[in-house]
Amino acid sequence: MVATSPNDAFVAFEHVQKSYDGVSLVVKDLNLAIGKGEFLTMLGPSGSGKTTCLMMLAGFETATHGRIMLDGTNINEVPPHKRGIGMVFQNYALFPHMTVGENLSFPLEVRGMGKSDREAKVKRALDMVQMYSFINRRPAQLSGGQQQRIALARALVFDPSLVLMDEPLGALDKQLREHMQFEIKHLHESLGITVVYVTHDQGEALTMSDRVAVFNDGRIQQLATPSDLYERPDNSFVAQFIGENNKLPGTIESIGDGKCTVRLETGEVIDATPVNVSTKGAKTLVSIRPERVEYKPEAMPAGAHTIDAEVMEFIYMGDMFRTRLRVAGSDEFVIKSRNTLGQRMLAPGEKIKIGWAPQDARALDPM
Amino acid sequence: MVDLTAAPDMLRTADGRPLKAALAQAQRKAKWRAFFLVLPLLAFVVLTFIVPILKMLERSVNHDGFSSNAPTLVAWFNDHPATADIPEDAYAALVTDLQQMQKDKTAGAAGTRINYTVPGTISVFKSAAREAEKLQPPYKDALIASNKMWGDPLVWVAMRNASSAYTSDFYMVSADLKRDAAGNLVRVEDNQRIYVYLFVKTFVLSIVITVACLLLAFPIAHLLAVLPMAKSNLLMILVLLPFWTSLLVRTSSWIAILQEQGIINDLMVWIGVFSEDGRVRMIYNQTGTIIVMTHILLPFMVLPLYSVMRVIPPSYARAARSLGATSWTTFRRIYLPQTLPGIAAGSLLVFILAVGYYITPALVGGADGQLISNLISFHMNKANWSMAAALAAILLAAVLLLYWLYDRLIGIDRLKLG
Repeated sequence: MVATSPNDAFVAFEHVQKSYDGVSLVVKDLNLAIGKGEFLTMLGPSGSGKTTCLMMLAGFETATHGRIMLDGTNINEVPPHKRGIGMVFQNYALFPHMTVGENLSFPLEVRGMGKSDREAKVKRALDMVQMYSFINRRPAQLSGGQQQRIALARALVFDPSLVLMDEPLGALDKQLREHMQFEIKHLHESLGITVVYVTHDQGEALTMSDRVAVFNDGRIQQLATPSDLYERPDNSFVAQFIGENNKLPGTIESIGDGKCTVRLETGEVIDATPVNVSTKGAKTLVSIRPERVEYKPEAMPAGAHTIDAEVMEFIYMGDMFRTRLRVAGSDEFVIKSRNTLGQRMLAPGEKIKIGWAPQDARALDPM
Repeated sequence: MVDLTAAPDMLRTADGRPLKAALAQAQRKAKWRAFFLVLPLLAFVVLTFIVPILKMLERSVNHDGFSSNAPTLVAWFNDHPATADIPEDAYAALVTDLQQMQKDKTAGAAGTRINYTVPGTISVFKSAAREAEKLQPPYKDALIASNKMWGDPLVWVAMRNASSAYTSDFYMVSADLKRDAAGNLVRVEDNQRIYVYLFVKTFVLSIVITVACLLLAFPIAHLLAVLPMAKSNLLMILVLLPFWTSLLVRTSSWIAILQEQGIINDLMVWIGVFSEDGRVRMIYNQTGTIIVMTHILLPFMVLPLYSVMRVIPPSYARAARSLGATSWTTFRRIYLPQTLPGIAAGSLLVFILAVGYYITPALVGGADGQLISNLISFHMNKANWSMAAALAAILLAAVLLLYWLYDRLIGIDRLKLG
């Protein structure tokens, strides 16, 4: 399912570059192979080039350099209407002057399909999103979530093997968004289609995807499964962009055998795992997930390095506690702990010791 | 859940008053304040627009030039039914009135009223009034001897119809109809049928101008809507330029361009399309009216179209393309239907303006490029207020009919004028 080389990929970007103004590159030498049936998410801040990549794949933008391959053929010169790619737009783009049924029928009509076939397909697609009873409504008469389902059904009604989604859930409220995430994921699994999904919401990306490509500055920073991305970020950008991270700047004291020690700016020396630093004396940024930090001595992992901390702020969040600490001269060190039975609530000003396993402290490039 | 529809009379405020009354009272003050704010405008519109229009409509069915100046004859008409043969006492009554007209100097007014339906009667009334004192009975023979038109049954039919101030005669004339000797409506002779022809021509030319405006404006409006702001602003200035130029300047520049010794003809002769003797006159005729009016009315089509197109997101076209539609299908099935409110608004606006346009046809229309407004203006210059009013009322009715049709077909609430 996951394509590793461009040869067995269903969709492949090969050395793709894109410039709008001839001065700067929006997409810089993009290489990406997407396997058949894969759910791949392009994640990144706005202006990172992810939407441009999607638009090039859909055919609304042309690549300035490089090739885009779909199922083994170069589609650089193929106009959008001949690509046969389903697309869900950010604002749904349901045709306002047509009913739901006519909206879904449209892609079938332009393909010259007969009336009875069209009706059957429209019914099947609407049943798929549980919206058949709305077939005679106009888009303006539907709620955002309902429009979203219709847009999804319309992108799927002509049985495309590849479906592109451009921040499709951006306009929905949180609860509906989470619900639709699962619905889209289930549709993807049951239909076996390939999905390329663009979002700037990391939660969405982690929940839905087989693999996530993190974009920044026109390049893919890391292409990995959600768990790898979260637990083993390749560089500081990914570590900061995905989830929350504590940053401890320092220099490499010793390195070798997959381990290193880092001298922090305040003088403490901690154990860490080197990721993209290799030389002794190099500047580094040690990144530790807030939920991997422990403050109860009895629960401290084996081989953990302990360090002094002072509680600055304690926030009760219901299922979680969020504690802000002063660690190694920084006030921004955060730990998260579950609200389990007998969990102790810390008070500001309290002096504690915290610790973490060396493999959770990742020494990354300084930003 | 509380069933609100079953017992609406049960809805009351906490102290037991009906909710509707309480709401009305709560909003009364705000409503009065709003009313007083619009009152000056309301008064202005009523005084300067509604009252003159009503006055005009009244004029089109009311002309007392004859009825108020010929009371004796009017009384006789009221007492005697219409007959083919006019008896002596009717002529006697007429002479009495003519004598009074001479004293009051009102023979012209009475004659003017009859002249609408029987041309050439003003002078007959005036000369008869001058001689009225000298006429001896039998008046019938005396009057017919002075001018044989007094024996014309058409004149008598006209006078009987004019005996009431209220009349539909002006509408009759506007429809190229007249009364025969028996009082029946018949069409006027071929060479006198001008009004219906001019109405039809006005509407046909207006349709041509509207279509030409639509065809020219659609691509410009689209370009304006999709270009980046800086470029579209520049283009918008070019579109609006005609608005900021005097109508006369624009019209005269068209004369310079289109006349026989004008720029286009010179160019065509120079290229060799026309020969020196084959220069085409494109101004002072129907062609001139169409070209110049299309140019002048173009912004009125561009602006509504632009305002509609600007808010159509490009994602609709993209969605259609991604769903497999060619660019032509996308235009026809997706883009065009969404621009319909703009097309309808622009067409309505241009058509209504074109139907009532006066100055351009007057300046560049020549003989065959005149529209109905020019005829209305002609009647106004001749102080034929009632005739001008009747023609204007027909024009107004036609425009209102169009408006009603528009509301039925598209819905007035979908009108977007920019």
